[in-house]
Amino acid sequence: MSERILEVTGLTKRFGGFVALDKVSLHLDEGERLGLIGPNGSGKTTMINCISGALINDEGRVQFKGADITGLKAHKRAQLGIARSFQVPKPFGSMTVLENLCIPLEFAARGRTDPGAVEDQAMEILKMIGFEDRARENSAGLTQVDMRKLELARALAAKPALLVSDEAMAGLSASEVDDILEILFKLNATGVAVIMIEHIMRAVMRYSQRIIVLDAGQKIAEGTPDEVIHDPQVERAYLGE
Amino acid sequence: MKLDKFWIACIAILILGFVFTKNADNEFYFFTTYVILQGLVMAVAWNILGGFTGYVNFGAAGFFAVGVYTSVALNKAFGLPLPVILAVAGIIGGLLGLGAGYLTLRLKGVYFAIATLATALVIETIVNNWKYVGGAAGTYVLQPKQSFIFDNYIELLFMLMLVLSVAAVAISRYLSSSRVGKGLAAIRDDEVAAECMGVPTLRLKLISTTAMGVLMSIAGAPFPFFVTFVDPVSAFALLIAVNAIAMPMIGGTAYWYGPVIGALILGVVQETATVTISSELNLLIVGVLLVLFITMAPQGIVGVYHDWRKKRDAK
Repeated sequence: MSERILEVTGLTKRFGGFVALDKVSLHLDEGERLGLIGPNGSGKTTMINCISGALINDEGRVQFKGADITGLKAHKRAQLGIARSFQVPKPFGSMTVLENLCIPLEFAARGRTDPGAVEDQAMEILKMIGFEDRARENSAGLTQVDMRKLELARALAAKPALLVSDEAMAGLSASEVDDILEILFKLNATGVAVIMIEHIMRAVMRYSQRIIVLDAGQKIAEGTPDEVIHDPQVERAYLGE
Repeated sequence: MKLDKFWIACIAILILGFVFTKNADNEFYFFTTYVILQGLVMAVAWNILGGFTGYVNFGAAGFFAVGVYTSVALNKAFGLPLPVILAVAGIIGGLLGLGAGYLTLRLKGVYFAIATLATALVIETIVNNWKYVGGAAGTYVLQPKQSFIFDNYIELLFMLMLVLSVAAVAISRYLSSSRVGKGLAAIRDDEVAAECMGVPTLRLKLISTTAMGVLMSIAGAPFPFFVTFVDPVSAFALLIAVNAIAMPMIGGTAYWYGPVIGALILGVVQETATVTISSELNLLIVGVLLVLFITMAPQGIVGVYHDWRKKRDAK
């Protein structure tokens, strides 16, 4: 049996009086591919913000590789091996694509990277996702799909054990979605566990081994893609009564 | 240790400066260069936070004045020697900078800029009501009789400011070219993304604001001995705050040498105008140049040069 890498227990997050997440629990095994879906405002992004440390949860516990990381700052979690990509790409706009990748290599993965080999490793990652011809380009001038690729490449440069991909495909064309999916499959093949948040059902269904459905801050379903899609509660959440 | 070109240039500048004090007999040169170098230290310090880290400080005059009045107070109370005064001013300015660093936890962008402006106003109000250092009326400060190995005190102050300039530039260059500098650039580009990529954003911002505070305050510490009469109008002068922003903007904020170029150009233009036309013209010159650069060359002179080189290479 593979090891449990992430264990979230009874996680609650409030914004003022609004309960964004209400005692949600989830777990992830090493190398697993988990899909996180739900209607807009159901708490998906809040959940990954609490996992990556961008937000600190009010109640509940987050454990990573067996250690309690609740309350730990985002950069510490990144150093431990949790990486994320952003829904709206956030490239380091004054830097080239290659330099963008050097930041996580030199900070998040510092203890695990030979300081002399930073650029070479960044280049390797770009090659892996077929992006090496853009290495010297300024990242602010990239197209949308390329910015999404950069988001994933940069997250990968943090040498994570867990990658949280926040809507990496929103607004992309069908062939572009396939490109991104391929990257995520390659990534997973290297042993990285992935939580994928996505609205594009075709992609989530194909990618996920297991899916969790959130609605109004609560977990309403969990199971294989096939189980989840036939769940009456999920249908209600998406389509109404 | 291998000396690179930068350190050789630094040493050469210091030696030239020293030779200059032994050969020039017109004190005017020292007064002028002192003012330009003071602007340079302020510009370099401002750029560590404003240019590298992306936090705009409108309260440069406040940090400067903290140095000025630390100096006035210590001189009056204990008559301490200048190096001690500089050290204490640096510590107090550093603490103020550290405080500004913690402000960045809650305030970003425009709101941080407004907070720095407000901080400067608070400090100015305190000084206006602090009788011991002269209050609103101002106070006289006597230059010490001895001037070390120099012929007079202004030469000593000139040499001091030259050393401070070299030190400020060296610190700024180190910060921009080291791993810290890469982290600061990531914070400037996107703070949330930087944190998620493992950059300890708060710690790096504190380093940045503290370095700025130390340098600005130290730049202000010798000022009372330079002007010999200090009042809040001169210590909190608008020109000091505006120059600290304008010099990096004109030179280019992305590189350590940007503010140096901006300070030298703007400083020389201002000092020339003061002598040949009128001293009231300074603010107008800064204003016009700032507007021109922000609209036509937002990356400053360094940016224009880089663009030109890129185009030439593309041909």
